[in-house]
Amino acid sequence: MTATTRPGFKARSDAALANSTLKTAIDRTAERKRAAALARFAEYEAARSRGSAIKDHVIANLDHYLEMFERNATASGAKVHWAATEAEACDIVIRLCREAGAKRVTRSKSMLGEEIGLPDALGSAGIERVETDLAEHIIQLAGEHPSHIIWPAMHRTREQVAELFNADHKPPPADDEAASMVQSARHVLREKFLSAGVGISGANFLIADTGATCTVTNEGNAELTTTPPRLHIVTAGIEKLVPSTSHAMALLRLLVRAATGSELTQYTTFHCGPKRPGDADGPQEMHIVLVDNGRSEMIANEFRDMLRCIRCGACMNHCVVYRQIGGHAYGGTYPGPMGAVLTPVFDGLAPSRDLPFACTMNGRCAEVCPVEIPLPMLLRSWRGRSWRAGLESEPMRTGLVAWAGLARRPSLYRMASGIGVRALRLLGRSGWIGSLPFAAGWTRHRDLPSPTGGTFMERYKAERGKRPEDRR
Amino acid sequence: MTDASRPRVGLFVTCLVDAMRPEIGFAAIRLLEDAGCDVEVPTRQTCCGQPAYNSGDDVSTAAVARQVIAAFEPFDHLIVPSGSCAGTIQHGYPALLASDAEWGPRAARLAEKTHEIISYLVDIRNYTPGRLRLEGSATYHDSCAGLRELGIHDQPRRLLATVDSLEMRPLDGENVCCGFGGMFCVKYPAISNAIVDEKADAVERSGADMLLAGDLGCLMNMAGKLNRRGSKVRCFHTIEILAGGGDGPAIGEKS
Repeated sequence: MTATTRPGFKARSDAALANSTLKTAIDRTAERKRAAALARFAEYEAARSRGSAIKDHVIANLDHYLEMFERNATASGAKVHWAATEAEACDIVIRLCREAGAKRVTRSKSMLGEEIGLPDALGSAGIERVETDLAEHIIQLAGEHPSHIIWPAMHRTREQVAELFNADHKPPPADDEAASMVQSARHVLREKFLSAGVGISGANFLIADTGATCTVTNEGNAELTTTPPRLHIVTAGIEKLVPSTSHAMALLRLLVRAATGSELTQYTTFHCGPKRPGDADGPQEMHIVLVDNGRSEMIANEFRDMLRCIRCGACMNHCVVYRQIGGHAYGGTYPGPMGAVLTPVFDGLAPSRDLPFACTMNGRCAEVCPVEIPLPMLLRSWRGRSWRAGLESEPMRTGLVAWAGLARRPSLYRMASGIGVRALRLLGRSGWIGSLPFAAGWTRHRDLPSPTGGTFMERYKAERGKRPEDRR
Repeated sequence: MTDASRPRVGLFVTCLVDAMRPEIGFAAIRLLEDAGCDVEVPTRQTCCGQPAYNSGDDVSTAAVARQVIAAFEPFDHLIVPSGSCAGTIQHGYPALLASDAEWGPRAARLAEKTHEIISYLVDIRNYTPGRLRLEGSATYHDSCAGLRELGIHDQPRRLLATVDSLEMRPLDGENVCCGFGGMFCVKYPAISNAIVDEKADAVERSGADMLLAGDLGCLMNMAGKLNRRGSKVRCFHTIEILAGGGDGPAIGEKS
């Protein structure tokens, strides 16, 4: 998915800001019970360091663990496929669906699937796609993409969901209460679970020493997606590897608390190979598509720390910008701070260069990140790349270079700032400046306090002149 | 020879205080002298370089950084009335100059002796203001760089608690960014406005007469929004209050 075909970031964020329903929807969900859950997790800081260390270790030894995973997954009867790009990944999935003769596939929520554009690829291939996660079901009915990585339909209020369900569900929900709507979705989805030829899931963890994949959900839809169909296809980014099940559990504790504030997900399922003789159920075939899509390049560059990300969404829940504009305005698969780091990796910096700049650098995202990703620093790295690539507007570049020239010549700087201060004082005789053409971004929304007098340096010099004992 | 018990500190005024509100710089000198320091203001200072640093122009930032390092390395401490500028000098400079054999170590040494003023007064100088009295109520906003890069949280609250008759009121979302973000507020004015509008709501809900913070950038943003909304909340830098300036004109009030 690229940002180039859409309106620019500013237009998208303006539209989002004008949408008061969106703000209502975001305010209802963000932050939630997280603080309370962390307060109960006494050893949280130690767990966080351990989680980060596990991810760093895997990233440093990725080839070793990838081989181990492939060996063990193959031994369990699964087939491992390698995809260097999103297009390769989609091709593999479509080919497997066609070979299985599947007309309908069920899919359990996977952001990697969104990243590689799988929903659209299935559509183009003429394969009916049934999203089984409740929020993804809502998104599918609305013809949208997720606006949050944990709550894909976060931007829609309950009232808006009721409208969608009333239009689509036959029969419609009994009423607009959440319970009735969930019941209605369950009824609509149940028939489809049993008639799908292929079930596609993501993976929260790829466990190297067993070759198992792990999915976590709160709805049980992943189990119904992966068990009845003849084929189970897993699509997962290679950064999801962990050495063993106990490492997965260490990260799972962090993931769930950081994501929703719960202590554990309702369903945590390990998928290890297809149905074996004597098993009550399970797919005939299990395929695991390991997707690189720019990740191995990140190992070697300044964005390496981003590979620790466990996709919990805490950074966006605590981001002042995300909480104003929601996820869609970001224009990429992943929104919020982690999305602002990742989108330029996937879509290129030129079409997404607003994202690293649309951040106040307040650091809250890094503070709440359960795997200690220095998100502001990574966004700063993109800013540096953007500057070096000459992507800034010409007035911006010229202005900044001129300013930097002044800042390195203190006496010239004093002269310029003295003049500037006097000019501002003329404009702001009342104490405030209500409109300033060259700073319209400021004065459109707020007043600018007028300088209180001459510059500090002028006044300091004058005062010290009067106090000879202080002169140095 | 200077008195060993009296550290020789260089005051980094910051470009915003220099141009917009010199009172903060004078308050800093008063407090530092009261805390037993010999204060000097090196003339070879302009700005810490954040406009370039936050724009990705690392070459210009490094040039400004070298100038700041050269100007301030003769002092025992560099003191700055801003968590944001202190953060840039303490964390930004060493990272930016890390691969420079000459300037990397010099940046690291300067970072070691750089302090935001309130944390310096409390943590290093163990300072308690003399008897101060100010009628009214105030609420405090934690500016992000001070809070997260430097761990400034208790120090301003401790000093403000010593002011007689000043009632401190809690602020909802005291640790949430005000939407200033330097260049961010003019590059993305609509988003910045939505954020500072929520901050202004919270400040007004607190019912306090005054809003205090430790960074002039954030203060100008919040004060400017509050004034545009017609609010009567008066905004000061924390050290203005601690230096006895609470009776003087607040930000935007005619002097």
